[in-house]
Amino acid sequence: MSTTDLSYVRTEMLPQQEPPLAEKGVFKWMRENLFSSWINGLLTIASLVVIYVVISTLAPWLLNSVWDANSLTECRDILAEQGLDSHGGACFAVLGDRWHQLVFGYYPSELYWRPALALVIFLAGLAPVLFTGLPRKMLILTALVPFVAFWLLWGGSIWLPVSVALGFVVGFLALKFLTPIVGTLAGTILIFVLPILYWLFVAGPLASGLASAVPIEIQFVESRAFGGFMLSAVIGLSAIVLSLPLGILLALARQSNLPIIKYSSVTFIEVIRGIPLIVWLFTAQLLLNYFLPPGTNFDLTLRVIIMVTFFSSAYIAEVIRGGLAALPKGQYEGADSLGLNYWQSMQLIVLPQALKISIPGIVNTFIGLFKDTTLVVFIGLFDPLGIASAVRATTDWNGVYWELFIFIGLMFFIACFSMGRYSLFLEKKLQREHR
Amino acid sequence: MKKSVILGALTVAGLAAGAASAATLDDVRARGKLNCGVTTGLTGFAAPDANGVWEGFDVGMCRAVAAAVLGDATAVEFVPTTGQTRFTALASGEVDMLARNTTWTFSRDVDLKFEFTGVNYYDGQGFIVPRSLGVSSAKDLDGATVCIQTGTTTELNLADFFRANNISYEPVPIETNAEGQQLYLAGSCDTYTTDASGLAATRATFENPGDHVILPEIISKEPLGPLVRHGDNEWGDIVRWTLNALVTAEELGVTSANVAELAAGPTGNPEVNRLLGTEGELGAMLGLEADWAVKAIAAGGNYGELFETNIGENTPIGLARGLNAQWTEGGLIYSPPFR
Repeated sequence: MSTTDLSYVRTEMLPQQEPPLAEKGVFKWMRENLFSSWINGLLTIASLVVIYVVISTLAPWLLNSVWDANSLTECRDILAEQGLDSHGGACFAVLGDRWHQLVFGYYPSELYWRPALALVIFLAGLAPVLFTGLPRKMLILTALVPFVAFWLLWGGSIWLPVSVALGFVVGFLALKFLTPIVGTLAGTILIFVLPILYWLFVAGPLASGLASAVPIEIQFVESRAFGGFMLSAVIGLSAIVLSLPLGILLALARQSNLPIIKYSSVTFIEVIRGIPLIVWLFTAQLLLNYFLPPGTNFDLTLRVIIMVTFFSSAYIAEVIRGGLAALPKGQYEGADSLGLNYWQSMQLIVLPQALKISIPGIVNTFIGLFKDTTLVVFIGLFDPLGIASAVRATTDWNGVYWELFIFIGLMFFIACFSMGRYSLFLEKKLQREHR
Repeated sequence: MKKSVILGALTVAGLAAGAASAATLDDVRARGKLNCGVTTGLTGFAAPDANGVWEGFDVGMCRAVAAAVLGDATAVEFVPTTGQTRFTALASGEVDMLARNTTWTFSRDVDLKFEFTGVNYYDGQGFIVPRSLGVSSAKDLDGATVCIQTGTTTELNLADFFRANNISYEPVPIETNAEGQQLYLAGSCDTYTTDASGLAATRATFENPGDHVILPEIISKEPLGPLVRHGDNEWGDIVRWTLNALVTAEELGVTSANVAELAAGPTGNPEVNRLLGTEGELGAMLGLEADWAVKAIAAGGNYGELFETNIGENTPIGLARGLNAQWTEGGLIYSPPFR
């Protein structure tokens, strides 16, 4: 019996049919996602209308923008030639004319390479901290970065940052050689006291002595010349870098069993955190001036960096305390049972876990801190917003608002978004629980 | 580490304190630079240009003093101050003088212990309205919405004016001039009120300045002038007489163009000679060089020239001299004699 007799059996497969139009491709996606019910359909249409209105208003403004003019009046003339009114196109020419001030403030233009190089070196020094895949030797570079960056930004004699850096070497030597001789408690005290004594009494004369013996210096730039994003970056990044270790110390101090340490830490955190940043900035600018003798020249930018660092370290301390509190008690006990001393158990067992838990909170604080640097405009420093008002104060550009604000917003977004992305990357990488 | 910086600074400060504060003139000379407090940016009065060089009417005052004291109009460190920080900056010695369109009032002079060294601009609070509103006097503004900067004397002046004229208004509070400008243009308020010079500068930036009028009523007195700290009268004299020198120069027809020529030798006018130091000992009485006024005038021109270059009728701001004309021309600008 041959199969051909079975006339009712299909001998070959039917070719696959296309699915019905409504069940495939973009229509299916739209039906499921945009018009799955009448209320969703209404919302979709409403959203489309809103998007259309926004784009149809903004697009011509952006597309007709003028990039080459020397003043707002010139911009308006160019727009008028194209038959548009002053709202018909953006005047981004202001950025072409003044971008260097928005980025570098009033830093001497022939020295722009110095802050740029400082940023590159800073990022290079940060890389081994951020990405553990890089060789550990690079951490030596990281330790040098603050001093090199300081020298590049402010200039002057190279011996000032060198002699300040030597203070840390003094502390390290005390740790290495004195602690075994005098014991842990006395050693710990010496680690802090010796460098401070060094900074107070030796560093200054040493720096000036070396400077007169071997003068190596580049042009000194006053911090008043700092402005724009460079100022935000200098304040923000120094405060970020300084406040993390300070915050960790404060968090540990708050958990300490020693009452003096514990209560001084609690007082510091609560006082700093309980008062708005703007008040601290005014304190830095105004009150310190009254307390310090007249004629003192204690750099305003430095005062602001110190205040912002204190402020954010108080927040960081609380974020990290949350991380510490989230660790099961067994981890602390386990560390103790291994016979580790306090610093070892913190360094090897507790902090790595607590910090991992705290990453989102820490980065969140840093992003907030970076944006808070714009508050310095209220004490007369030229942050990007301050520069924007100064640009508007010239007769050429008086009346330009959105173009400057869009540029500033974009720059801040890029910086903050990158920080947020890095934090996500780090969280994924350090995920231990569920793999 | 940071504690140590503060302690270090305190130590240094303690050592420096003895020397500082006594004679501002000596400090400025030792420093080689004049620290001059200015605004963080006000059109026509003080603003950095594209190269970061400060320009403006108040800036011209700083440069004249620097030229008179140090012989170099560029030897000025401009310290930007805000409305909140300006007086502390001066009181604490951060700046040697303040040329920050600051109104001379009783309490600032007496209670805050400053010394106003004269008036370089007579300002007053005015109103700007759209021409289409058809208002010709501020007294017609009954029931109007008024954009007004909060926490300023202008707010109090406004309330006084409307109460005195028995008319009502609705305030629209704003924080900054920029905000006021935007709200006014967007039509959120019928009129915007601030100092008349500020209104003129604001109007200059409008697309069609002609569509807006500044009403004739000036409802307050705002004499703006440079100021110094109490307690150093010699320094106060220098700033005061530098301003007077610029004013007198205009009155006597001494300009930045002809000052070098006039100072070359004694002229027929004894007051010009005394001003320019070719006769008498006026410079030495101030503790300055004999040609101090020559340098001050050469720096940016006499009072009239400063006015015309920065805020005068040929600039986009286009302020008329008005009260700020010489007394000989019906204004209030008047300098005591150089004698």
